[in-house]
Amino acid sequence: MSKPRLVMVGNGMAGVRTLEELLKIAPNLYDVTVFGAEPHPNYNRILLSPVLAGEMTIRDIILNDHDWYEGNGIRLHLGNAVTRIDRVQRRVIATDGTEAPYDRLLLATGSNPFILPIPGNDLPGVISYRDIKDTDEMIETAKRYRHAVVIGGGLLGLEAANGLRLRGMDVTVVHVAPWLLERQLDETAGKMLQKSLEDRGLKFLLQKQTEMLIAGESGRVAAVRFKDGMQIAADLVVMAVGIRPNTALAEAAGIYCNRGIVVNDTMQTYDPKVYAVGECVAHRGTVYGLVAPLFEQGKVAANHLANFGIGRYAGSVTSTKLKVTGIDLFSAGNFTGGSDTEEIVLNDAAGGVYKKLVIKDNKLVGGVLYGDTADGPWYFQLLRDGQDIHEIRDHLLFGQAHVGDVGHQGHSKAAAMADGAEVCGCNGVSKGTIVKAIKEHGLFTLDGIRKYTKASSSCGSCTGLCEQILSATIGGAYTPAASNKKPVCACTDHSHQEVRDTIREHRLVRIADIMHFMEWKTPDGCDKCRPALNYYLISTWPKEAKDDPRSRLINERAHANIQKDGTYSVVPRMWGGLTTPDELRRIADVAEKYQVPTIKVTGGQRIDLLGIKKKDLIDVWRDLDMPSGHAYGKSIRTVKTCVGLEHCRFGTQLAMSMGVKLEKMLFDMYAPHKVKLAVSGCPRNCAEAGIKDVGVIGVDSGYEIYVGGNGGIKTEVAQFFAKVKNDEEVMEYTGAFLQLYREEGFYLERTCHYLARVGLDYAKSKVVEDEENRKALHGRLLDALKDAKDPWKERIAGVERQEYEPLSV
Amino acid sequence: MAEWKMICRVEDVPRLGSRVVKSAAGDIAVFRTSTDEVFALRDACPHKGGPLSQGLVHGTQVTCPLHGWRLHLDSGEAVAPDVGCARRYSSKVEGGAVFLEI
Ligand code: SRM
Ligand SMILES: Cc1cc2nc3c(=O)[nH]c(=O)nc-3n(C[C@H](O)[C@H](O)[C@H](O)COP(=O)(O)OP(=O)(O)OC[C@H]3O[C@@H](n4cnc5c(N)ncnc54)[C@H](O)[C@@H]3O)c2cc1C
Ligand code: SF4
Ligand code: FES
Repeated sequence: MSKPRLVMVGNGMAGVRTLEELLKIAPNLYDVTVFGAEPHPNYNRILLSPVLAGEMTIRDIILNDHDWYEGNGIRLHLGNAVTRIDRVQRRVIATDGTEAPYDRLLLATGSNPFILPIPGNDLPGVISYRDIKDTDEMIETAKRYRHAVVIGGGLLGLEAANGLRLRGMDVTVVHVAPWLLERQLDETAGKMLQKSLEDRGLKFLLQKQTEMLIAGESGRVAAVRFKDGMQIAADLVVMAVGIRPNTALAEAAGIYCNRGIVVNDTMQTYDPKVYAVGECVAHRGTVYGLVAPLFEQGKVAANHLANFGIGRYAGSVTSTKLKVTGIDLFSAGNFTGGSDTEEIVLNDAAGGVYKKLVIKDNKLVGGVLYGDTADGPWYFQLLRDGQDIHEIRDHLLFGQAHVGDVGHQGHSKAAAMADGAEVCGCNGVSKGTIVKAIKEHGLFTLDGIRKYTKASSSCGSCTGLCEQILSATIGGAYTPAASNKKPVCACTDHSHQEVRDTIREHRLVRIADIMHFMEWKTPDGCDKCRPALNYYLISTWPKEAKDDPRSRLINERAHANIQKDGTYSVVPRMWGGLTTPDELRRIADVAEKYQVPTIKVTGGQRIDLLGIKKKDLIDVWRDLDMPSGHAYGKSIRTVKTCVGLEHCRFGTQLAMSMGVKLEKMLFDMYAPHKVKLAVSGCPRNCAEAGIKDVGVIGVDSGYEIYVGGNGGIKTEVAQFFAKVKNDEEVMEYTGAFLQLYREEGFYLERTCHYLARVGLDYAKSKVVEDEENRKALHGRLLDALKDAKDPWKERIAGVERQEYEPLSV
Repeated sequence: MAEWKMICRVEDVPRLGSRVVKSAAGDIAVFRTSTDEVFALRDACPHKGGPLSQGLVHGTQVTCPLHGWRLHLDSGEAVAPDVGCARRYSSKVEGGAVFLEI
């Protein structure tokens, strides 16, 4: 049987992205034909601005070359616009008479620049700014003529003006509104922008209405006249006053259009065989003019074309960024505010920094950043997540210190970094390498950067910097996904939240069942998703689900930490950091017997034996006769204690005994990430409880409990959680909080990240304020840990013996 | 001269897992996929020598335990953007036994 035929009209960014998505999920489903009016294969339209500015060439911005179409068996008709759709016989007819029959039709015709209806608008030298042809014409004109007038002070107009100025022209921008980018910026930011563009030599005429364009002797445009009678010289006029969805073809075929081609949430037009994506469509009354929403549309359309039928497009929130090198400007959402909103504003005119955040009902609804846009992606994420910000409100304006954590030479602003500066300290990736990869491979996502450069793929501390570099390079085309919507990994489109919910709702107890039920794209996942799924199963169904050692990374599979040379380290548990002469003697004996090269006191108050051969592990554990320290696990690690009331003259509570009790309660507890606790006997806090997942501090009247601290990649101070009276309450509150985290946290989310996502107030409402729920959570934790086993003892008894025994020839 | 040597039974290598084989030529990692295909590579990652036998197997790839490079089991080649290759050994399963050509 022959394959169904898919015909696409419009070879631009939205359409081709849809095809890419389709080929990814259903590679051989359709026989595909593409018509493109332009003579070029698919290119990155948004990078026409850097091309005009002389920062890139046309070759740099091709996204899919001819080989790509050929390799995917796509029939490509370039420089050949479709002139008619015959919906009765289901075929399209192109300019040169070519006909192509279809079973499914995809319209992605983009939009047309709006041309002001004024006399002289068709003179030679009057153009718009939309495609390669326009860009080439501007570059050529700049070589021979002097005066350029750009009509329209929006993003496109300013990028055109900047490019022409850099190419040596004398450029005037004409704008009807009282300030630039009036749709993206408020007046203050608009004026600051104007000032810095004027410093670069651009001229502005604001609140001016163009009346007509006047021809010179040669017949080419020579001047622009305004309604107030003023006239200025112009050898080139660029109209950048807006775009109109290109609906003519669809309309002529009787497909319903109003502002654009009307589509439903599955990107189908009124004729269900005809899909439409991109700037040409109107979805729920909105027409988009930025690529990020168009890509989301493409994904949904591809999902339906592949007959999966699960995607829905629900509209997008967009953000914008001006791509003028050296000028940092960012805006998103509703930044003008209204009577029901509040504003936080920082205005440092001399320093060239302006920030305005608009808040409604404790949520960020919009913002404008000028001069320092480092936090743009973060704000945008808060906005899309709809996160309650009242807890962080007092330092919201100062941004997310997250960006540029330790290990980046103190850099916190991507724009200020030199090309050679190291961004990713783990993989040694410089800013220049990332920018190059973004340009060369046409990357639009953080995942793309990870895939091509490895930056941000290890410890993740440079994620913020990478996001900044991405948004600085491609502008508003980069939109971070809402954090509870990010796919687990490339094997699936489903998010951690969806996976957790599905496991619970459908009572899935095996990894293979999840993958089957949720239509995983790979046969058995990868090293990212399998450990996550394994954890979700054992935390959701502690009794029913069986742990899968093959879905655990090596440390958790071998119950020891692998070292750079392939040997392992062994960290036996010392409850609360306490030990005995007998234990120390056994450690010394083991070290001698197995010739352990290094013995070290760890940062976690216990002793590490480093450099042990894998085949010796079980014997070492047997001889040590101490419990596993789980130094290798996404699990309970240590409970640090200070000497406390037991010995210390300042002590108010028995810190050591409290610590040991907590550690025993939590023994063998697996979690989304590692869990560290500390108990200090008084507020002098010698156990550093302020940077632990749960920190307990003794005071005269009882204990204070702090949660969500972290002393690692990004130091995070723990937040006050509850004040309790006695040891039993410490156990109950701590247990309940950790169980909440175990049940709801996403894999590899430490408690601080979990709390940043759900909010401290939420955790308090579940644990501190709701006694019944607290007791239930604590009960579920104890129940899950009831039959906790010491993994080392189990292995001494023979479990998973194969893991430790080499084969030989 | 390389010759086929019997190593173990298929079930001695866990599904989606691996074993290390000590040989005169050095350590060799033997992998078994979810569809019971068996592959063998030198037990050293082209990145910094990580023991591939300790990695996580998925599809016909293994992820190195040290820094997460992924390698194709059938060729030993690193998955792009990484570049490198671990030596591949021919392997086969006959009558439930695993043979390597070494
Ligand atoms: C042994 C030890 C260093 C030492 O010699 O003191 C250590 C060693 C390792 N740490 Fe650590 N960390 C050790 C205390 C810490 C501490 C201090 C503490 O616990 O008081 C921290 C900061 C506190 C914290 O976690 O909040 C710490 C923050 C990290 C991080 C960053 C975690 C984060 O969320 O930012 C990692 C990476 C990770 O887990 O993803 C890490 C990862 C590692 C690993 C396990 C890397 C790995 O995955 O193989 C190291 C194993 C080295 C090896 O070759 O065996 N280690 N690590 C310490 C063991 C403590 C113990 O007794 O169990
Ligand atoms: C200079 C410039 C800078 C930009 N900067 C940004 C930015 O920083 N961030 C951002 O998000 N967006 C930016 N944009 C907007 C972005 O490029 C568009 O939103 C995006 O390209 C729209 O994709 P599309 O597929 O809908 O339309 P297009 O990419 O325009 O593709 C439509 C294609 O269909 C062809 N076509 C039309 N009719 C027919 C027909 N009948 N037959 C055959 N082919 C036909 C057209 O020739 C065109 O090639 C910029 C745009 C420009 C021009
Ligand atoms: S022990 Fe911790 S800080 Fe030291 S090198 Fe290893 S991961 Fe880095
Ligand atoms: S040694 Fe294998 S990834 Fe580094």
